[in-house]
Amino acid sequence: MTTTTRPVAALDAERVTLAYDQRTVFQDLSLSVMEGQITTLVGANGSGKSTLLKAFGRLLSPRSGRIHLQGKALRTIPTRQVARQLAVLPQKPLTPPATTVRELAARGRHPHQTWFRPLTSQDTAAIDAALDATGLTGLAGRDVATLSGGQIQRAWIALVLAQQTPIALLDEPTTFLDLAHQLEILHLVRRLNRDHRTTVLMVLHDLWLAGRFSDRLIALAGGQVVADGSPWEVLKPGVLRQAFGLEAQVVSEPVTGSPLVVPAAETVLPHDLAGS
Amino acid sequence: MSTTRRAAPPPAQTLPPVTPKLAPRSNPMQPKPPQPPRASLKPPRSADRTRRHRLTTGICLVAALGVGLVAMTAGSADYTILEVIQVLAGRGTPAQELILLDFRAPRVVAGLAVGASLGLAGTLTQTFARNPLATPDILGVTSGAALGAVAAICLGGGGYAVAAPLLALGIPTMSTVGAVCSATVVYGLAWRGGINSYRLILIGIGATATLSGITSYLIAQAKITDAQAAAVWLVGNLSGVSWSSVWPVVVVLAVVAPVAASQSRDLAVSQLGDDLAVSLGVAMQRHRMIVIGCAVALTAAAVSASGPVEFVAFVSPQIALRLTGAARPPLFTSALAGAILVAGADSLVRGVLPGERPVGLITAMIGAPYLIWLLIRHRGGTDGL
Repeated sequence: MTTTTRPVAALDAERVTLAYDQRTVFQDLSLSVMEGQITTLVGANGSGKSTLLKAFGRLLSPRSGRIHLQGKALRTIPTRQVARQLAVLPQKPLTPPATTVRELAARGRHPHQTWFRPLTSQDTAAIDAALDATGLTGLAGRDVATLSGGQIQRAWIALVLAQQTPIALLDEPTTFLDLAHQLEILHLVRRLNRDHRTTVLMVLHDLWLAGRFSDRLIALAGGQVVADGSPWEVLKPGVLRQAFGLEAQVVSEPVTGSPLVVPAAETVLPHDLAGS
Repeated sequence: MSTTRRAAPPPAQTLPPVTPKLAPRSNPMQPKPPQPPRASLKPPRSADRTRRHRLTTGICLVAALGVGLVAMTAGSADYTILEVIQVLAGRGTPAQELILLDFRAPRVVAGLAVGASLGLAGTLTQTFARNPLATPDILGVTSGAALGAVAAICLGGGGYAVAAPLLALGIPTMSTVGAVCSATVVYGLAWRGGINSYRLILIGIGATATLSGITSYLIAQAKITDAQAAAVWLVGNLSGVSWSSVWPVVVVLAVVAPVAASQSRDLAVSQLGDDLAVSLGVAMQRHRMIVIGCAVALTAAAVSASGPVEFVAFVSPQIALRLTGAARPPLFTSALAGAILVAGADSLVRGVLPGERPVGLITAMIGAPYLIWLLIRHRGGTDGL
């Protein structure tokens, strides 16, 4: 099962057109997310990162074209079955009232349960493991409404872990967190990928973190993929200029040797790019 | 779906020993007896809450049965609870059986069933819309039913004695038709590649205003006797209820309640937002359709039997929510709260208050202050409300 020699597409978009009401975000876009990799979507605000993630997570259906989940058309698979294959952490989930951390994580078992069958020992084990991996075991009985920003984000990740899917889509999992907590979440994501071979597709804003924690980056701008490849292939001055309107140098950061984007003193503002 | 079905179960990490800490989730439609409190060790808050939930539900169940029995004693002929139990056990005199089983029992059962239906319907709409204001009244169901019934009264030749039996059949039918039609129109207008609950509420409010306007117009145009009959119906009234008008509510409740219960888990997950709910495998549009369908059926059945008994659908879920301390209004407990409210208010109407006042007046007068009291008492809580 894990001895794949050539990369296999976990998710595959085939000439998809994604649009909201009148506004078309992507036209005839084709893109694959490879199994077992951490793939990160980067791009300026409004470049369609979240839109693409939603489409892969079947939260937005394409106007045209098809998305395949492990070779099967996503639309034809019952949504509950998809939920056992693929977890999505949206950007702003609603924090429910009067719910403990453990109860929140337990929601991740929903696709594995039926309404007449309560939690099994397998479910309990999955929840325990998720709380342990996110360091929330000690807070399991706490009401989620009383958690700090970092803790609540870990609780959402715990929910996704409890879902135990081979694919996880994370929309800006590190927003609103300080640097230490951002690193903590991303280390968690990498452990998930390394230990469980979970395929991860995420959206990140911080290019340095994206470069450090991803196997592959995809830079989006103007409804197009402007660069696609390893962090060093994508984080180049030309790509940064095209995707962000950013004049920058890219240096090797001293700790891990991953690319570090250092902006120049003066930069073009992103909205100057709008017409191009 | 070839070889790669799912990732291998987590092997690499050292997992903690499996200790089932969470109490098994109870089916909300089947109250379990309250657990004895654990001796030492302060239980975590979730276990605490589960116990409080079960205890409250148990108390509500007993209270609903108690209110039902007491309601049987209320009325112009005085009977003790003991006599009522004797008659129910089949050991009463023919006179007692006539009064209790043929006259009073349908009214008591109607009170319980109407209250439970409205309580359950309110819970469904409030939970699905994640908004306590989203009652079936606001979604246009009640005003549709009211328009149907008032049209039957005012346009159906209600003034003629000949039409009376026809009217007795016509009012429930017309109000059901009105409820279903207006709910369908509201749902259809709110549909825009899916249902957005804010849009649904706004369109529901618009529809309610329109339908209420037409209803008022009909009443203003009607003969004075018809207008009075319509006004009495509009407040919500259980007098004149017979077994034939009770059965539809009981049957609808018995059929819809299990369907509603089957949506309970999806309702819990959809509290996390639509995107996460879909991600967790909730077929959102189907789920919404079922939830709204259940709410419409329950409301239509209840309103056709008793008229729109005010405030029950709004207040019962909120009372049950605060009594149980749950994360969202509990289905079963809310239904019980509604049953207690309506049956209790109706026995007050019959037994205590002078003259026959419509039950709808009393439910609002009891339910609203009680909710306000609960809100004031829990002001320091983390509920946010």
